[in-house]
Amino acid sequence: MLKHFLTLEWKSFFRSASFKANLAIKIFMVFGALYFMAVFLGLGIGAFYIIKKQGWGDPLLIVNQFMIYYLVGDLYIRYMLQKMPITNIKPLLYLPMSKSKVVGYSLGKTVVSFFNWSHAFFFVPFSIVLLKEGYDPMGVIGWHLGIMALFFCNNFINVLVNNKDNVFYALLGLFSVLGICQYYELFNITHYTSPFFETLYALPWMAFLTWGLLMAIITWAFAYFKKHMYLDAGLAGKKSTAKTEDYAWLNRFGNLGTFLKNDIKLIRRNKRSRTSVIMSFFFIFYGLFFFTGAVEVYDGPVWKIFAGIFISGGFLFSFGQFVPSWDSSYYPLMMSQNIRYREYLSSKWYLITIATIFSTILASFYIYFGWDAYLAVLVGAIYNIGVNSYLVLWGGAYIKTPIDLTSNKKAFGDKQAFNTKTLMLTLPKLILPLGVYALGHYLISPTTGYIFVGMAGVIGFAFKNKVFSMIEGIYKKEKYKTLAAYKQKA
Amino acid sequence: MITVQNLTKKYGGSMVLNIENLEIPKGQSFGLVGNNGAGKTTFFSLMLDLIQPSTGHIMNNGVQVDTSEAWKPFTSAFIDETFLIGYLTPEEYFYFIGELRGQNKADVDKLLEGFEDFFHGEILGQKKYLRDLSKGNQKKVGIVASFIGNPEVIILDEPFANLDPTTQIRLKAIIRSLSAGKEVTVLVSSHDLMHVTEVCERIVVLNKGEQVKDIQTSAETLKELEVFFGG
Repeated sequence: MLKHFLTLEWKSFFRSASFKANLAIKIFMVFGALYFMAVFLGLGIGAFYIIKKQGWGDPLLIVNQFMIYYLVGDLYIRYMLQKMPITNIKPLLYLPMSKSKVVGYSLGKTVVSFFNWSHAFFFVPFSIVLLKEGYDPMGVIGWHLGIMALFFCNNFINVLVNNKDNVFYALLGLFSVLGICQYYELFNITHYTSPFFETLYALPWMAFLTWGLLMAIITWAFAYFKKHMYLDAGLAGKKSTAKTEDYAWLNRFGNLGTFLKNDIKLIRRNKRSRTSVIMSFFFIFYGLFFFTGAVEVYDGPVWKIFAGIFISGGFLFSFGQFVPSWDSSYYPLMMSQNIRYREYLSSKWYLITIATIFSTILASFYIYFGWDAYLAVLVGAIYNIGVNSYLVLWGGAYIKTPIDLTSNKKAFGDKQAFNTKTLMLTLPKLILPLGVYALGHYLISPTTGYIFVGMAGVIGFAFKNKVFSMIEGIYKKEKYKTLAAYKQKA
Repeated sequence: MITVQNLTKKYGGSMVLNIENLEIPKGQSFGLVGNNGAGKTTFFSLMLDLIQPSTGHIMNNGVQVDTSEAWKPFTSAFIDETFLIGYLTPEEYFYFIGELRGQNKADVDKLLEGFEDFFHGEILGQKKYLRDLSKGNQKKVGIVASFIGNPEVIILDEPFANLDPTTQIRLKAIIRSLSAGKEVTVLVSSHDLMHVTEVCERIVVLNKGEQVKDIQTSAETLKELEVFFGG
């Protein structure tokens, strides 16, 4: 039986559409993975000595103190990214095998997930360093095993709370508040949680307790899924009550309004697009890395423009980049309807522009870091509207990845979205404005640098009609290829 | 209304569609039958410029489909679920199509009134998104949406599949009444020989991409088709 499951798994992995990405991307991904492994390993080995050198106290105590945030962060990442095991078991339901086996297999599959073993890259070297530094071997082993069980608990908790958005966001909100409280020394939750992790070291047998907890959660998850393994229960997709909405105030924009209405509904009613918009909100805070001087590498004056582009352009990058893939599931309809590409593209452009302006207004708190900082955001926004908005729409013509609106999978970057053409288009999006600024900054004065970037945006804006005609032509040329690509489900 | 000349579609080395000459006059109800892989959907996709012909072209009311887009205002279609927008409610979808085809809400509502029977109380005001409707109900929405905006050419791919018997009968009546006025050209494909013979004045049989039969429907047509496919 297990043999069957394993061959199924093997085939589903090697025959998946995304696996057939080209060689360059595969190499790129392997290097990416190696890089992250190296970083984690380095952190695992180095954390001990760094903490020691900085004089923050006993490294194990420090790690224990932040462990609660690590665990919650892990749960958060899992919730957003980890694929649920139940998606592929529908075809197995009616086959002659017991339900327990199917459930056992699906849950077992999650155990070998990357989200579990990636932590080993930190904890194994860290524990080895602890042993080497003369910590009590029994204690270290108990601590290590205990923490390991907790991460596996996370794995199964994630499986259980999957799709319970309100529970999840409440939890996330709670811990964000706790984090802020700790930062401002109002209330420190780690006072209450770290003793627990410390006991794992002091009393190694406590590890049995966490393993017991893990067993309990596994049993619970197992029973839960077995009980709910019906098409109309656990396997049913979530259905939401629909409300017909009008947005009549958009009617004054004519055909453009028709599309805008649709785009707003698209964003509001689909998980994937909602996630993108939420992500773009977080982009606004990206500038904090630059303007607070938290990251030394970013201290050069040119980086301010980089930050400015990202702060105002979150929506542009996270949503705009995937036009027209958002409409992939009904692209044949769009192509056979009475639609002009110009209007279709304009509506997306307006959406991007409105979002950019909105982000810029929200980002006005950067004035706190000086007018200079906000000026960078402003010219970044002008550049985004005048130049980058075209570039993302243009690049979109070449990204032929169908988007499954109802799933969050791949929301954080898609292998197929990387191709040489879109990569080439990233250069003018990010590097060009830096160059333009540097030109003004170093040749004349910082203010001139800002003026240059702003001018580039204004010039781009002036050529809107011309650029749109060009983009329209590309979309038309790519139409058949795009239709064919969207037909293949990812 | 529709003229097809030397139309071929090749994928790799294999020919999936090869129609030398086909004329469909205005107001005709035209049926397309054939086994799987006969090229029915390929033909309809070519008519909607969703794929490019390898050779030849289709003229729709004097407009060459693969070079001009002027056929769009008077042509509508429902091919499959890729013609539906899953995150809209049926009402919103109808209004959306209506707006694209220059019909205001009142126009659309008026048209929908005529289909109350057809919807059988399962479509309008259900508080459901299209993606959550059953396959059959999705199909009803797609078919009715293709009637919005007084199109002159309506293309329906397998409209009877997935529908319940009552709805099939109602749909047949609707298609007959559409073509009765001799204003609307209806193109229908089907696997069900009985349905096509009942609603279509003319039936063309495709086999492996080639047009093998062109029949003006009569009392003997069903028999003739059954002999053809049975043999």
